[in-house]
Amino acid sequence: MDGLVAYFTLIGFGPTGWGVPLLRAATMTVAVSLAAFGVGIVFGVFGCWAKLSKSVVAQSAAAVYTTVLRGVPDLLVIYLLYFGGSQAIGAIARTFGHQGFFGLNGFVVGMMAVGIISGAYQTEVLRGAYLAIPKGELEAARVASMGRLLMLRRIIAPQTLRFALPGMGNVWQLILKESALISVVGLIEIMNQTRLAVGRTGAAFSFYITGAILFLVITTFSGAAFRRAEAWAMRGMAGRVRQ
Amino acid sequence: MTRLAFLWDTFLQLLAGVPVTLSLVAVSVALGGLLALALTGIRRASRLGEWAVSAYVFALRGSPLLIQIFLIYYGFGQIGWIRSSFLWPFLREPWWCAITALALNTAAYQAEVLRGGLNAVPKGAVEAARVCGMGRAMAFRRIVLPIAIRQALPAYTSEVVIMVKATSLASIITLFEITGIAHSIVSETFRAFEVLSIAGLIYLAINFTLTRAFRRLEIRLTPQSRGRPTDRPVSKA
Amino acid sequence: MSKLARLAIAVVAVLPLAAAPALAKEWTTIKVATEAAFPPFNSATPDGKVVGFEPDLLVEICSRAKLTCETVIQEWKGIIPGLLAGKYDAIMSGMSVTPKRQEVIDFSIPYTNSPSTYAVLKGSPLIAALGEPKRVMLPEEAAAKASTAADAKALAGKLLAVQTATIQADFAKTYMPDVKTRVYETTQEEDLDLKAGRIDAIFASASSLVATLEQSNGEIVLAGPKYYGGLLGIGSAFGIQKDQPELKAKLDAAIASCIADGTVKRLAEKWFHVDTTPRP
Repeated sequence: MDGLVAYFTLIGFGPTGWGVPLLRAATMTVAVSLAAFGVGIVFGVFGCWAKLSKSVVAQSAAAVYTTVLRGVPDLLVIYLLYFGGSQAIGAIARTFGHQGFFGLNGFVVGMMAVGIISGAYQTEVLRGAYLAIPKGELEAARVASMGRLLMLRRIIAPQTLRFALPGMGNVWQLILKESALISVVGLIEIMNQTRLAVGRTGAAFSFYITGAILFLVITTFSGAAFRRAEAWAMRGMAGRVRQ
Repeated sequence: MTRLAFLWDTFLQLLAGVPVTLSLVAVSVALGGLLALALTGIRRASRLGEWAVSAYVFALRGSPLLIQIFLIYYGFGQIGWIRSSFLWPFLREPWWCAITALALNTAAYQAEVLRGGLNAVPKGAVEAARVCGMGRAMAFRRIVLPIAIRQALPAYTSEVVIMVKATSLASIITLFEITGIAHSIVSETFRAFEVLSIAGLIYLAINFTLTRAFRRLEIRLTPQSRGRPTDRPVSKA
Repeated sequence: MSKLARLAIAVVAVLPLAAAPALAKEWTTIKVATEAAFPPFNSATPDGKVVGFEPDLLVEICSRAKLTCETVIQEWKGIIPGLLAGKYDAIMSGMSVTPKRQEVIDFSIPYTNSPSTYAVLKGSPLIAALGEPKRVMLPEEAAAKASTAADAKALAGKLLAVQTATIQADFAKTYMPDVKTRVYETTQEEDLDLKAGRIDAIFASASSLVATLEQSNGEIVLAGPKYYGGLLGIGSAFGIQKDQPELKAKLDAAIASCIADGTVKRLAEKWFHVDTTPRP
């Protein structure tokens, strides 16, 4: 009982509690994950387009992108972008006549790194979803003399999204967990905050288990949101509705 | 030292970490596989078992491996009864802590992969086995499991690749595998970008070899599909 | 013109502006990196503030150097690569001036200096084995050799903890190559493992061990000789990029003034409970 009281004092909202910083860190985890999800979709759309294009160059570039990003540990990718990224951007900035260094903050680096990593998975999800569109629908659209853009907007994009949603849900979960690695570039998200708290209080078990629970709560709520989105996207398709 | 000599020297030093990385992968995937089989058994045994395994899978898949490693290494190290139990000789060592965390984690994913494979076993195959007079256990061992494993192989391949990548986190609890050695070279030379790039290439080579080997295995285990081109991506999302 | 093309042009046009020019000559604002996990030098409070000897001193130094200082938290092992990559302008994180580091970065003059020594659990046989807390100067080779050889003998078969990329890690590698060491990311993780019984001793800066001892409620104590100089460096200083004489001059002058009027001594006594003012 005393143990429980001590635990809740530690993670609570009292003057010595870590409740507020932990909640702030959880918000940061969600924010950086959402941003990374957006970046990942952009990379995924380009990757998917390249993989499906007839250009050999685009195809091989996309193949290299997905193979490398899914074959190298994410921790290394984050470090490489962190240390290499600002050198590259610094070089770009200098070509515009700008002197000095161009530092990126932890949020931007984390968002880009996790976004680029998840983009490799998103590429495959979108490609699979596109290939799942029944050929007949595309033919019908063409017969109805839809232009390419109209077809993209009316048929391809909504249908791809519908088939991609379950896969995108998995990528979202992956991003959430991946965001813990951004702690190494100084962003104060859940992982970093618990590590700082352990450093200050020495209560390793209490804080690491709290961090894990925070992640589980976020996973649960966002998982439920994705299932609702799926149900919505699948509405009117009797028998294909999941859940 | 010239740049090229430095890169070569770094490469050789990092190679020393390859056996550590590979042994972490092999031992944790094997232990995790056994645990996944056990979890599958429990899941099929009763409603309570089904519920407990789902909770396990949820907790392990829903939180980052990094936090699980910290919890097992530093968190469990604080608990008195664990320190005085038979587990301590193992959990005292960073290597076994890494193995424990990696195995518990991959077991949750492998249990899901197995479940997918089992769901894909055609009902007819089981019925045919029963008609031939096989008992439940024998039908499971001879018919269901082999079909399930073959079905699950692509997903299994990507799980192993993910585990190879995951071992890089072991560097955080003082282990000197590829990433750990890379960081110590960076701390000597401060040339983060070059050193980490070479480490990345080594991981890429390991994963490339593994996926190739697994695809060969897949083709061998699926004789009916021989001669048909496969259009599966190198590893599955 | 399509919307996309207009957007692209807008981005390209704004990019150089967004990269607010870091003035090379006239330093008015600097970003300073800290580990924020090396008490009592620096550590983070629950509300995200960095506190300790260095943040206190930084306020003084920045006001005397007429600089606006912004603190950046950076994991220790990436702190020099981060400076080299231009993530920030200076490092103030209990980092000692050593010849190896001077190959890649420059330093201000040191603002604190403390020896390196051992910490063990109360009642450990190592307290007796490591001997008296005598001062050992590494440049005095004969004395240094005798003392480290004795330490190595005491630590045979034991496990010694050092923090990654530190002078103490270098020390263990150089003077006691046969002693088994384990390399940690942060000092707090060393403390946790010493209490858990995974390791037998920590070798670290005496100033940082002040926090270890305080937090352990008497469970952890100091042991053995205190080592100074040589590859342990001449004290902690700001690390800055090479060839930034203006910044170095500003920092040096401010540090010298803080040492001269006793500010360093006052803050050292507040945080380390001893005067660690570096002596030339």
